[in-house]
Amino acid sequence: MSLLTVSGSPHVHTQQSVKSIMYGVVIAMIPAIFVSVYFFGLHAARVMLISVLACLFFEWVIQKYLIKGPVTINDGSALVTGILLAFNVPSNLPAWIIVTGALVSIGIGKMSFGGLGKNPFNPALVGRVFLLISFPVQMTSWPLPKPLFGPGVTDAITGPTTLGIFKEGLDAGKTVQEIMASPSFPGYINDLMGAQSGSMGEISAIALLLGAVYMFSRKIITWHIPVSYIGTAVVFSGILWLIDPAHYIDPVMHLLAGGMILGVFFMATDMVSSPVSTKGQLVFGAGAGLLTILIRVWGAYPEGVSFAILIMNAFTPLINSAFKPKRFGEVVKNG
Amino acid sequence: MKTFKLGGVHPEENKISAGKAIEVLPLPEKVYIPVSQSLGAPSTVVVEKGAAIRVGQLIAKGESFISSNVHSSVSGKVTKIDDVIDASGYKRKAVFIDVEGDEWEEGIDRTRDIIREVTMDRDEIIKRINEKGVVGLGGATFPSHVKLMVPDGRKAEYLLINGVECEPYLTSDHRLMLERGEEMLIGVRILMKALGVDKAFIGIENNKPDAIRYLSGLSAGFKGIEIIPLKVKYPQGGEKQLIKAVVNREVPSGKLPIEVGCVVNNVGTALAVYEAVQKNKPLVDRIVTVTGKTVAKPCNLLVRIGTPVGLLIEHAGGLPENAGKVISGGPMMGKALTSLDAPVVKGTSGILIMDGVEAKRTAQQNCIRCGRCITVCPMGLEPYLLAQLSEHQLYERAEKEKIMDCIECGSCHFTCPAGRPLLDYLRLGKNKTGIIIRNRVKR
Amino acid sequence: MNETLLLAVISLSAIGVISAVILYLVAQKFKVIEDPKIDIVAELLPGANCGGCGLAGCRAFAEEIVKTSDLSKLNCPVGGSSTMNEIAAVLGLEAEEKDPMIAVVRCNGSRLNAPQKVIFDGASSCAFAHALSAGESGCPNGCLGLGDCVVSCQFDAIYISPETGLPVVSDEKCVACGACVKACPRTIIEMRKKGKKDRRIFVSCINTEKGGPARKNCSVACIGCGKCVKECAYDAITMVNNLAYIDYEKCKLCRKCAPVCPTGAIHELNFPPRKEKPGEPEQGKVSEPVAAG
Repeated sequence: MSLLTVSGSPHVHTQQSVKSIMYGVVIAMIPAIFVSVYFFGLHAARVMLISVLACLFFEWVIQKYLIKGPVTINDGSALVTGILLAFNVPSNLPAWIIVTGALVSIGIGKMSFGGLGKNPFNPALVGRVFLLISFPVQMTSWPLPKPLFGPGVTDAITGPTTLGIFKEGLDAGKTVQEIMASPSFPGYINDLMGAQSGSMGEISAIALLLGAVYMFSRKIITWHIPVSYIGTAVVFSGILWLIDPAHYIDPVMHLLAGGMILGVFFMATDMVSSPVSTKGQLVFGAGAGLLTILIRVWGAYPEGVSFAILIMNAFTPLINSAFKPKRFGEVVKNG
Repeated sequence: MKTFKLGGVHPEENKISAGKAIEVLPLPEKVYIPVSQSLGAPSTVVVEKGAAIRVGQLIAKGESFISSNVHSSVSGKVTKIDDVIDASGYKRKAVFIDVEGDEWEEGIDRTRDIIREVTMDRDEIIKRINEKGVVGLGGATFPSHVKLMVPDGRKAEYLLINGVECEPYLTSDHRLMLERGEEMLIGVRILMKALGVDKAFIGIENNKPDAIRYLSGLSAGFKGIEIIPLKVKYPQGGEKQLIKAVVNREVPSGKLPIEVGCVVNNVGTALAVYEAVQKNKPLVDRIVTVTGKTVAKPCNLLVRIGTPVGLLIEHAGGLPENAGKVISGGPMMGKALTSLDAPVVKGTSGILIMDGVEAKRTAQQNCIRCGRCITVCPMGLEPYLLAQLSEHQLYERAEKEKIMDCIECGSCHFTCPAGRPLLDYLRLGKNKTGIIIRNRVKR
Repeated sequence: MNETLLLAVISLSAIGVISAVILYLVAQKFKVIEDPKIDIVAELLPGANCGGCGLAGCRAFAEEIVKTSDLSKLNCPVGGSSTMNEIAAVLGLEAEEKDPMIAVVRCNGSRLNAPQKVIFDGASSCAFAHALSAGESGCPNGCLGLGDCVVSCQFDAIYISPETGLPVVSDEKCVACGACVKACPRTIIEMRKKGKKDRRIFVSCINTEKGGPARKNCSVACIGCGKCVKECAYDAITMVNNLAYIDYEKCKLCRKCAPVCPTGAIHELNFPPRKEKPGEPEQGKVSEPVAAG
């Protein structure tokens, strides 16, 4: 007989693991991966491949030679960061910039804090924002979408994102209606399906929502952050739109254009950098929603999702200590 | 369907032995009966080495307020009074008895005739329960008579009987309700009389529809006893969770159920109360489930207290080749045994055998702050935080974060995707924080 | 342009002056008058803030010692007698001579001596493992090897030996602050006199079980046979609960007890090697200081 094991209770354990959660997120991203390849061709695949490989490589190097600890590149977290980083950049980005972004994401965004679980900010967003500030030209020249097998050359022509069109137009003194009437404007359906300029992963709301449904069904994410994020963004932008529809974009367009859906479901819900209690998550989502619209409407950048989430990430420890779950037996009700 | 609101998990039920009728385990050759079998101060041994002894004879007397009497479960000769290695590998004082025959003390009614009429009054009942060494059989082994003495200024309104058996694998309470249901209900009636309440609820999870049906039928003849089916959710058998589920009252933090007018007892305890009061029988045996996925013959056994665990396993087909862990109790709150020589005690509800693969804990990873432990915590705590605090010995802060409210149900560790031993650290922290609080009170 | 410059200079200067006045007033109002000796004493202390003296840190120690002017109750184990003498000189007192102490691990239950009976799987904490069960070797008093003492040591003076799985104390680094003694849930570590030339003799076992059960779990356990008690000419060895204990105040380091111990539970450290006698039990005997610390 082999030796008996002695351990504290419980002696059974759920099937879900960090690995299964991470690969679940990867599976949820597959529809968006296909859409990006469909519209941006092999260039999209190239960016994703470089990003993923670079993230895995940097994680491996740092764990093996700098930390000299166990190597955990197969837990899927670097894979998720790699894909998310690729999702957040244009498909014509030079390889060396992608690799730099991966180094910042993994090296500064994650490993410098102690690896998975210790990072206060979403690593992919850290990398993305670093690139956006360091290489503004490369990071904001978006190729126009061109369906696979369709006419034309991918990546040859670039154009602004939907939100960029709005920003330029509004700054030039046009009204929202005039902008939306212009022939180069993608429109609601194209924004929903993905036929718009933009970062590779954010273009198709429908593909991202498909992934989100999968994550809900696997219980990888809960409703709290997405609902409060979208709810706040819709309410806030809706109020502005009702006040002055000529100068403020309507809430539906806010949702479909830019990285809102990607940010809400795939980056704001990042477990590590979001609050732990449900109450805290609602506050986190509301804050991010508010900030996103604030930046989009009054900020220098047309898009505000990344900044909004990063700012709220910084508040996460504070939210965690301020919003405790309801303790059992704290409020006595008898009935 | 009623259940508690906050937290909870649903582990695989694995009630393998649910269909197996209770068997009587043949008498062992030797028993070791630990002399302290309840919370509170150890009881004083009242027999000597070499003494001839009969079943039901008092061998250790509980002398402090929260301690209980222990009776011999067999007849024979006391060979020594010495230390026995208990379930956790530590020494515990025990009476060693070599079994000879099966001679019972006089005055104990061993027939299965059911005595329905409760003639004793309140004080007599409590005295009898104390005398016969009845303790809570749900696992915590709190002396039952203490629970029945309602402190001044409080009033018991409801008696709650725990037939939930929310632990996976275990079926001893289930079988008890099916096979000894009527006696158990008389026990409930006795407890109601002792407490002076006219309403009792028996909470049963609806994965035991046969027990719910059977007892509902029987309870028609018992005034004031109501069967409450509950949705399957762990840890519904926790006192506070059961009260919340059945009467929707919340026991305040750090307080006892009597604070909200409730007293909770296990179905096993109700049966033991019946036997003590109506049949004059001390607590000398109990029903133990022997189960596990690799066990040849999972079963429910009526076992004399003090029988070595190894004998139960032998009866169930022997220890499987690949056994990796033997647990006393259920998989969520049970205690892993260090040796199969440990004796069955009053709190042993089951023996669960796991193979090496099932026994192995998942590898630990960094906490990814997913917050699942918070979602499942039935006490609304933040296990990830409490574990961190106690790992770093920040016990004062842990106390502020209500570490002492933890009921050690294990839902947090069960659900942690990073496989962190959350409850290990919580237990450690509770232990140390408890010492700090006691020292403060003393000062 | 000049006007702007001037305005900036004036306003900044004004802010500076006002701040200085406020700071001065606040400093006067909340001034704490302290015995200047406290600073001097604090300066002399090692500054490790280890708590080995029983107080919250070196500053607290300095305050206490200046306040009470009583050297008999307070001692800085880290600084040792040289520091205490210097402090005594500052305070105009006479320091008592205190022997230097060192942490000693009183367990030799390595895997070889105390074979594994069960596998422990759980939080890496001795305190938890102790509360859970007797441990992997089955000895209820033996070292659990999970390193609570290592975590508690601020001086990097204790580590778990990879060969034996037992803690090892470094003679050079240990400052006798006592943190490990408090950290060990089984009080295996004891503060003992460091001894001349670091020579020490002690019973490397604290198992209180009777001989049989103790021996069953560990081949080098003290079985309470009492041979060493008889052998000792100085009444330094006592037998309580089947366990021998050598009083380091009385022990003359004559080394007569160690050879008579049938299990080799008595350890001697840093002595010159004995002349080998044929037939002497070698089992469990510690010749390397590494194995016992």
